[in-house]
This record gives sequence, C-alpha cells and structure tokens, in this order.
Amino acid sequence: MNFSELFKLSGLLGRFSPDGKCLASCVQHRLLVRDASSLQILHLYTCVDQIQYLEWSSDSLFILCAMYKRGIVQVWSLEQPDWHCKIDEGSAGLVASCWSPDGRHILNTTEFHLRITVWSLCTKSVSYIKYPKACQQGVAFTKDGRYMAVAERRDCKDFISIFVCRSWQLLRHFDTETQDLFGIEWAPNGCVLAVWDTCLEYKVLLYSLDGRLLSSYRAYEWPLGIKSIAWSPSSQFLAIGSFDEKVRILNHVTWKKITELEHAATIASKQTIVYKEVEKSPTVGTERLSFPPTRELASSLFSTQSKYDISQVPVSLQYIKPVADRANPKVGVGMLAFSADNCFLATKNDNIPNAVWIWDIRKLKLAVVLEQLCSIQCFQWDPCQPRLAVCTGSSRVYLWSPAGCVVVQVPGEGVFQIISLSWHSSGDSMLLLSKDNFCVCYLEREE
Amino acid sequence: MGDWRTITVPVLSSDSQNTFLYTSERKTSPTSMSSQVLRLSLPSSKNMHSFFSAFCTEENIEQSISYIDRELTTLGFPSIYAESKGKELNLVSMVNCMNELLVLQHKNLRAQEEIEIQHLKLGSDMDHLQNCYAKLKEQLELSKREIVGLQEKDRQLQSKNRNLHQLLKNEKDEVQKLQNIISSRATQYNHDMKRKEREYNKLKERLHQLVMNKKDKKLAMEVLNYVGRADGKRGAWRTDKTEARNEEEMYKILLSDYEQRQKQLLLENTELKKVLQQMKKDIISLLPPQKQKPKERPEDGLVLSDQEEDIGELNKENMWELSCETVREQLTNSIRKQWRMLKNHVEKLDNQVSRGHSGALNEKDVISREDHELETEKLELEIQQCKEMIRTQQQLLQVQQLTCDDDTTLLLQDCYLLEERERLQEEWRLFREQKKNFEKERKSFTEAAIRLGLERKAFEEDRGAWLKHQFLSMTADCKSEKMTTPSAFLRSSDPDIRLMRSTSRQRRPPSVLSPTVSPEPCQISQYITQNSVASEKPAADNKPNLWVESDDKEETEECTKSWEDSGLGTLCRNLHMEQLP
Repeated sequence: MNFSELFKLSGLLGRFSPDGKCLASCVQHRLLVRDASSLQILHLYTCVDQIQYLEWSSDSLFILCAMYKRGIVQVWSLEQPDWHCKIDEGSAGLVASCWSPDGRHILNTTEFHLRITVWSLCTKSVSYIKYPKACQQGVAFTKDGRYMAVAERRDCKDFISIFVCRSWQLLRHFDTETQDLFGIEWAPNGCVLAVWDTCLEYKVLLYSLDGRLLSSYRAYEWPLGIKSIAWSPSSQFLAIGSFDEKVRILNHVTWKKITELEHAATIASKQTIVYKEVEKSPTVGTERLSFPPTRELASSLFSTQSKYDISQVPVSLQYIKPVADRANPKVGVGMLAFSADNCFLATKNDNIPNAVWIWDIRKLKLAVVLEQLCSIQCFQWDPCQPRLAVCTGSSRVYLWSPAGCVVVQVPGEGVFQIISLSWHSSGDSMLLLSKDNFCVCYLEREE
Repeated sequence: MGDWRTITVPVLSSDSQNTFLYTSERKTSPTSMSSQVLRLSLPSSKNMHSFFSAFCTEENIEQSISYIDRELTTLGFPSIYAESKGKELNLVSMVNCMNELLVLQHKNLRAQEEIEIQHLKLGSDMDHLQNCYAKLKEQLELSKREIVGLQEKDRQLQSKNRNLHQLLKNEKDEVQKLQNIISSRATQYNHDMKRKEREYNKLKERLHQLVMNKKDKKLAMEVLNYVGRADGKRGAWRTDKTEARNEEEMYKILLSDYEQRQKQLLLENTELKKVLQQMKKDIISLLPPQKQKPKERPEDGLVLSDQEEDIGELNKENMWELSCETVREQLTNSIRKQWRMLKNHVEKLDNQVSRGHSGALNEKDVISREDHELETEKLELEIQQCKEMIRTQQQLLQVQQLTCDDDTTLLLQDCYLLEERERLQEEWRLFREQKKNFEKERKSFTEAAIRLGLERKAFEEDRGAWLKHQFLSMTADCKSEKMTTPSAFLRSSDPDIRLMRSTSRQRRPPSVLSPTVSPEPCQISQYITQNSVASEKPAADNKPNLWVESDDKEETEECTKSWEDSGLGTLCRNLHMEQLP
C-alpha cells in the first residue's frame, strides 16, 4: 500500500472524476485538477469566491463549483480550459447545485426552496420546477440518468414529480401518503422509487416509475422512525435503518420484511467475529535511538499505533446513552451501505459510535463487528469488490474484506485526521480527506 | 390333651404395637368353659396356698373331696371318685387331675408372664405415643401460630396490593389524561403547522413574485459558447409527440424490467425444478429397500403404488416443461408423499440409532429424562410422606376434637381394642377356612381308603372266583366224559356261576339299575356314610355333600373302571346314587 504526500485542501472538496482519470480538489477559491495516477496538476482554475461545493459532470468533462454565499455557480471545462460559464442566481439565492445526469444541465435550488432552476449548457433554455420540498433528499435521479424524481410540497401535501431528464418534461405527478416526506431514492434499476416519511413516523412507500403505489411498509407506530435507507445494487433489497437501532430488509418481490438486524451492545453469537482495535506502543530498539533523535523517529515514538485483535465473544461494545429530550438524538442506524456484490451490508448504530457492523446478506447474519478506538466518521465500500474502508478521524485507515482486516497508518509528519474517504472507481486507490489535507492511497492489485 | 386347647400369643406386628391374645379352642368346647379356666388360672400361687390350707381340714375332708370332685367335673375333668365303688377315691384319676391342673397352672403362669410383658410393652408404647402426641400437639400449636402469622402477613400484603391497585389505577388515569393531552397537543400542533405552512407558502409566493418578477439583472448565465449535448443530438421541441414517446419509453423500461424479473424467476424456477427432480430421483433411489419389504401397512402400499406411478411420470420429462398449473398439484402431492415416506424412514432410523445409543452414550436428552424420572420419584415420595403426615394429623385432630385430654387414653384404648377385635375376627375367619380345608382333605382320605378297601375286597373275591372256576373247569373236564346232561349242572345253585352272572349284569350302563338289588347295597352305603361320619371330627359343621358333589365326576369314572372288575359295582353305584341327589 502506497500513499501520496499530503496536499492542501479546503472544505473536504476532493473528488475523483467519474472516469477515474482526474482528481479535482479545492483550496479556497482555487480548483486544482490533477492526474489521478501521477497527481500532477493538469489544470488550475480560479473561482470568484471560496468554493463550497464541487461536482464532476457524468462525462468527466466539466466541473461545477458552487459558491452558495454569493449565489454563483462556475463551470469549468477540461477539454477547453478557456471555456468558462458563470451562473448567477441573483437575489433568489442558492442553497444547492448539482449536475443533471447528462452533464449538460445544472440544477440550482434557490433559497427557501422557492424553485429549482435548470440551466442548460447547450441551449439558452431555462426551466423552473416550482415548489420543491425542503428536505434532506428531495431530488433523485435514476442510475441510468433518464428520470428525475422531485419531492414537492403544495397545500400542505406531499407530491412527487417525475421528469424525463432529456427534455425536462413532466412524466408523472402524484401525491404521496406521507405526513411530511423526508427523502426519496430510486432503486438502482430505476423502476422503483422509495419514499420515506419524517422521523416522527415510520413509513416507507414504494412507487413504480409510472406512479403506482407498489407497497407501503410500517414497522411500528409511535417511536421515532426511519433514519437512513439504502438500496442493494441489485435492487433486490431495501435496507431501512431506524431509530430503534434496527435495520429491516425488505425484498423486491413482495416488499415484505425479510429480516430484522438488531444492533445490540453485546455480541454473543459465536459466528460473529469481533475485531477490536487496540493501541500498541511502538517498540524501538535501543541501538536505533540516537541523540538528538531524528524527527521521523520522534514522530513515530509519539504517535500511537494500533492493530486489530480478535475479541472473544461475548463482547460488550461501548454504548452511549442518548439524551432523550434533545432533537435528533444520537441513536439508531444512521449509516448503511451495501457492498458492490450485494453480499454484505455495513451499518453504524449511532449510539454505539465506535463500531461498524458488517452483515452477511446471504446468511442474513452478523458476520463481523469492527470495534474502533474512535467513533466512525465515514465508511465506503470498494466499488469493485467486497472491501470496506473505514475512517475514524485518526491518521489511520481501516480496511476490511472477508479475508480479514488491517489498520494502515498514513505515513507523514503532522496531524492528518481522516474524516472522509472516497474510492477510485477502479477500486485501486482511495482518496483520504482531512479538514486541511488530502492524500491518495494506492492499493496493490491482487493478482 | 394339649391338642384341643391351645393358647398362643402371637405378636402380629411390632410396628403397630398392638398385641393381642389369641385363643384357639375347639369348636365343641363352650366358651364359658374357657372363661372359667381363665378365671381359675388368675389367682397367684401364694393365694392358692392359703386358700388350700383354709379349705380342707380333717373334719370336712369328705365335703372337700366331693366339692373338688364336683368342681373338677364341672371343669370337664373326669371324676375323682371311682365310678364303680361309689365314694371311693380314684387315686389315678385324682393324680391325673392334679397333674392336669398343675400343667394348666404352669401354662397360665407363663401366659400371665407374657401378658405382663405385653402389658409393659404396651405401657411403654403408650408412653411413647403420648410423648408423640404431645409433640405433635406442640407442633400443631406452632403451626397454628404460624398460620395466624401468615394470615396476618397475607392481610398486610392484600392491603398493600389494594394500595398498589389504587396507585395503578391512578397511574392509568394519569396516563389516560396525558394521552389525551398529547393527542390534543398533536392536533393543535398539526393545526398550527398547517397554518404556519400556509403562511410560509404565502410568503414564499410573495417572495417569488418579488424576486422573480422584477427583472433581475443578476439572474443570468454567462457562458462563452454553448456546448454540444453529451449524446451529440440536438434538443427536441416539446410536443405531444415527445410526450407520447416519453410515455412509451417509460413503459418500455418498466416492461423490460418486468421481463428481466420474469426471466430471473424462470431461471430460478428451472433451477428449483432441477433440484426437485434430482431430489425426487434420489428419494426414489433411496426408498426401494422399503419396497422389497412385504407391505406391512396398508398406507405403505398405497404410497408405493403412487411412487410407481411417479416413476412412470418421471419418464415423461416433458411434463416438467408444462406450465405449472396442470402439473403442480400432482407434483406437490407426489413429492409430499415421498417426502413423508422418507421422513418416516429417517425417523425409523433415528429411533434405531437412539435405541442403539441409549445406554452407552450419555446424551443430554437421556440424562435429562433420567433426572426427570428421579425427580418425579422423589416428588412422589414426598407427596406420599406429606399425605401420611396429613392423615396422622387429621387423626390426631379428630381425636382431639372428640375427646378431652383426659380421656384420650381411654379412647385410644378403645380404638386399639376395636382394632384388635377386628383383627381377631379376621384371624378367626382365616382359621375357619383352614379348618374347612382340612376337613375336606380328611374326607377325601377316608373316601379313598374306603374305595381301596372295597377294591381289594372285590379283587380278592374275583381271584377266589377265578380260582374256583379254574378248579371247577378242570374238574368239569374230567367229569364231562361221564356227564350226560350238562343242563343239570347248570341248574345247580352254584354261587360262583351266579356271581358271574352278576358281573355280566353289572356291565350294563349304570343308569339301568335293577330294582331287585337296590335294598341290599343301600344298607351298605348307609353303613359307609355312618362310618365316614364317625371318622370325621365331630366339630365338622360344613356340608360334606357339597364336597362330594364337586369331586363326583372324576370319581365316577374311576369307580366305573374298578366296578367293572369288582362284583360290588352295583353296590358302589348305589352308594353314589344315594349321595347324588
């Protein structure tokens, strides 16, 4: 495993291009595009203000930089570095911006969710979508980029509009049986739309592309409901993480619950492997000690190292009692993701923040628990194989695969607290992001 | 003489601590006599001496002797006077009487000793029981106190419970109230929310108008030049046509998705079918050993026939390709049947295995069962003990209820006496039965003896007759040359010839009896009966006829055999005839 040197970064804005050739990163108001393998700077663009959001177009030809404070979006072309485009939302303001799947349109959401403006880079046409709902995940594109679903709110009722992305024509418009719609998500096959209600009510609705209600699922009534949702890449399963610290998995044939995955603080099953991260003090041979000590040695002496131990079940995980009288309590399954081969599901229970749970979907059983020293910041599956990368805000990156798991210390001086990571589309490298720096981690391909 | 009066003191059971005197007597001897004997044996030896010294003097010797004689005769002893010589003393008989009396005295003394010992034992038992009783009484007292304590506790708990119930009710009310509040709040909140949202919407609308309608100079896109579309096509105009095309496309996508799904299902289905087929084949190949067995159970045969059908079915592979609806039922049924068979088979095997392993390997299940049995045994024992305890306590309680403390001993005695009497009666009944059996046996013996005598007699007579005949025939042979008229010889009243005739006559079936011979055997039979009665014990009060009847059938067979040889057949038959009615 190799690591690049640390590069400067602001706002966690570092992205691999979808084709995997380039790497875009922002430092204040500058946008740097590097070669993904050599990390040489290919282009440098300067925006009018500090960049707050960065997004590659799907064909990796354009990069969108949003400056919400100014209400401005700037678009840069890789093919024509001279080409420039600046979209000003004016007094309406800007809160969100994103590419349409074709990479030729930009969707800007104005302040107060007054409307969504669709700007085209091909024509002068501008489209507006009125009454978008102010919610966490109000716009969703199908994976093939043909359709867009938008959650709307009119007259205290939730609606969903499905647009054809090619012409921005409205295809379907229907109301949903939700109290206060919270999010929408297309199944990867683009035929089923999952709609879930606010956390006050546990409710998932499944709509077909043509607007028919396929099914609705409700696990319980009163307590806080859904916290996160994830489709399996095969569209076979819908995993629903909720505030009751459980994940429920629905199947795609009957849309009924297959199983309930509990995130108990005590793991007693003998079939579960619990990897516990333990600190290990570095052992330095006395002959290697010199005076004055070299900087490298000193840093290695003072930085703690860690490794994984296999704990004997039963294991009690560190449990945080949530504060009951606060809004958005830190309890329940807040993160969940399927592996690319559909075989594993990684989850995080927010009141056991140091543990990642990896479930074997074929057996519908808990396979592995990774117990870390610090709380989990982010995890992401390798897009090509069942391999999970985890970061915990330390300078270590953790990798799990069915073969085992490793702790990798990012070499280098100074503090590098990884709080986010993203895989290269080939699965050969990984971008590790801290608040001020980033580096690329290259993994050897197993032959 | 000891055989007609025995005094036995059997100790039946030491546990029950109830010993009783058991006196067996001859049936013929009156009970009064025994009581007299007992009374006589009561005075101690010392008293007897003084009594005798005062009793007899020189002057009243005669009277004394006569008195003693009288007393003795009344006691069943033979008179001490020589019967033939009036007032003369029969010394021998007197000595005998004395001896008898002395023996009696000894016996009585022994009995008395035993009784005393018995008495002592009983006394100690009584003490023990009294102690026990006192203890139990104490226990009872204690338990009563405990009960009272527990009742008090119970009462307290009940009151507590009542309080808790009250609290619960209050809490429930509270909960209800809170729920009401919550629901009212919720409606209020929803209402407010809606109001706010409407306001918000109004504001948004207003803002929209303000922001959008004003020609915002800033709202614009500066672009160097427009770029081509990613797909290279040009943007199309929005028309109905495009709309229709969009619809079409959407449905196409949906259709393709469904088709794909159907394909997947089909694939899965075929896979499953393959597995099913494989399983079926396996099952069929597994099951044949059962087929070779004779059709033990009717259902087995039924299933087998089905199976054969299925084999035939299997050959038609095309059946699988048919749509499920036509084959489904058949298929599921046959599979189910085969599966059931397999299950039975496996269960049988399991049973065999478990039987094989039951002893040797300590399977947890077996252990638990053993434990269970042990436990149940223990519990049963405990239950038994508890029951006994309860019973004794009940008895004690009853005793206590019935009597005061003072007369408990009396009551206990009464109880024991009653019990003793019952046991005596039981024993008496047994004894009687035994006696009856003995008498039966004796009677059978006498009968057998009589029969033997008769047979011997008949045999002797037969022999005599035969010898005579032999002799006569020999002489006849010699005489025949001289004799001219044999008829004259025949007419002579020879007893042997008559005897022969009688033998021939008695070979007739016994039912046909000549009345001419009956009077004579009747007398004999009477004699025999008398004889048998005389040989019997005079005390026999059972019914001898019954016994004879019961033995009748085998007897008749034996008899006819012997009678055929003997000349006394008719006699015996008559004897029988007399007894049969």
